[in-house]
Amino acid sequence: MKSAERAPAPKGAAAFQILTIALKDLRSELRTKEAINASLAFALVILLMFSFAFDPEADTTREISGGLLWIVFAFAGTLILNRSFAREVPNDCLDGLIAAPVPGWVLFLGKAVANFALVMAVELVALPIFGIFYNVRWAQQFGELLGVLALATWGMTVIGTIFSALTVNIRLREVMLPMLTYPILVPALIGAMRLTAVLVMGKPIGGDDAAWLRLLVGFDAIYTAASLVLVETVLVG
Amino acid sequence: MRDKIVYGLGIAAAAVLAWNTYAIAGLPDEVNQGAVFKIIFFHVPMWAAAGVAVSVALIASALFLITRNFAFDAAAVASTEVGVCFLTAGLATGSIWGRQIWGIWWTWDARLTSALLCWILYAGYLMLRRAVEEPTQRATFAAIFNIFAFLDVPIVFFSIKWWRTQHPQPVFWGNGSFPKDWTQHFLYNMAAMVALGVVMTVVRLRQEEVQREIDAVRRTVHAF
Repeated sequence: MKSAERAPAPKGAAAFQILTIALKDLRSELRTKEAINASLAFALVILLMFSFAFDPEADTTREISGGLLWIVFAFAGTLILNRSFAREVPNDCLDGLIAAPVPGWVLFLGKAVANFALVMAVELVALPIFGIFYNVRWAQQFGELLGVLALATWGMTVIGTIFSALTVNIRLREVMLPMLTYPILVPALIGAMRLTAVLVMGKPIGGDDAAWLRLLVGFDAIYTAASLVLVETVLVG
Repeated sequence: MRDKIVYGLGIAAAAVLAWNTYAIAGLPDEVNQGAVFKIIFFHVPMWAAAGVAVSVALIASALFLITRNFAFDAAAVASTEVGVCFLTAGLATGSIWGRQIWGIWWTWDARLTSALLCWILYAGYLMLRRAVEEPTQRATFAAIFNIFAFLDVPIVFFSIKWWRTQHPQPVFWGNGSFPKDWTQHFLYNMAAMVALGVVMTVVRLRQEEVQREIDAVRRTVHAF
């Protein structure tokens, strides 16, 4: 460590630091693939389970597809988010990260960006699989669907990342994370389910549904702001 | 002295509730709903008390994060626990009323769904406290979660309201149509219920203080 060489950070350094942390996380994940493999396999298993829960051939499948997809995404996403900070526990990597000369919010955003990329990747693999198995032509409004996915996934990632940091050292970590995050995520998940169902059925977002889009944006903004303010307290105490 | 005031207030609140229950039982039945309507005298004050309790918990949590004074953490946990009690009682009385009037214990109406979600959020808060060993960390994490949970309540309420607007809404009776002497009984119950909440919170607060003293003594003993 050449800590003596570190000068005061120049402008734009925060973006660079965020990117560095995000790339570090992505690199270590892609080398082991432990979270992403588990998450994908889990998504597949849930998709299989759904086929027993209701008639996969029926037309109603399209109408409830938004809800089904987001249940899959929320469950599979939790596996990735759980690993986000847990990965740093062996070898005291977390202490190293906290001691690094970057502010808490930079560390948080770096982790959140990496998690966002991973969760989005799982979603984009699960989506066509869902389309094939349940005979749903999901790609008719692909651009807008991608936008909704990104907005809701960012909300899920922000909450998931901050609570991943919060639960990393506590008992029953794997249970506590979904226990705490799902109730908070309910507004975002309702909006995402609603919009996804509309888009998967091939209709554009319009009329009343625009309110859900605004809700998603508002949810993301409120919780991103709250997380950025509180993350230092979570990490350092 | 503090104990005497608190227990005095508790006895007064219980006496008002008991007397009021007797008085309410003597009121004539409501025209459309019959006797079960009178559950509103308890149901609504329970929700009001729960609202006060979780608001106090939010303020105490924020103050803990600012001052790091453990008295605020104790206030947050005490009022959240009392709040969860009132939330549970509110859900239960609401269900009893629903069974009589709607014929079902539960419906996924906007209010009911958001109320259940509040209960789950604050129960999660109490679970989180159980899961963290270290007192400072427990207080900090719990305070942060409390802020996140409270932020969620209005978003949840409005989102679920939008989500359910196309479904028929059950009708809730406003207090506006209350006869005057009924309103009086209602307000007595409101005050008594909130007072009861304050008493329970203060008693629970005392327990937390004693617990911390015991922990401190234990640490001192182990230090030697």
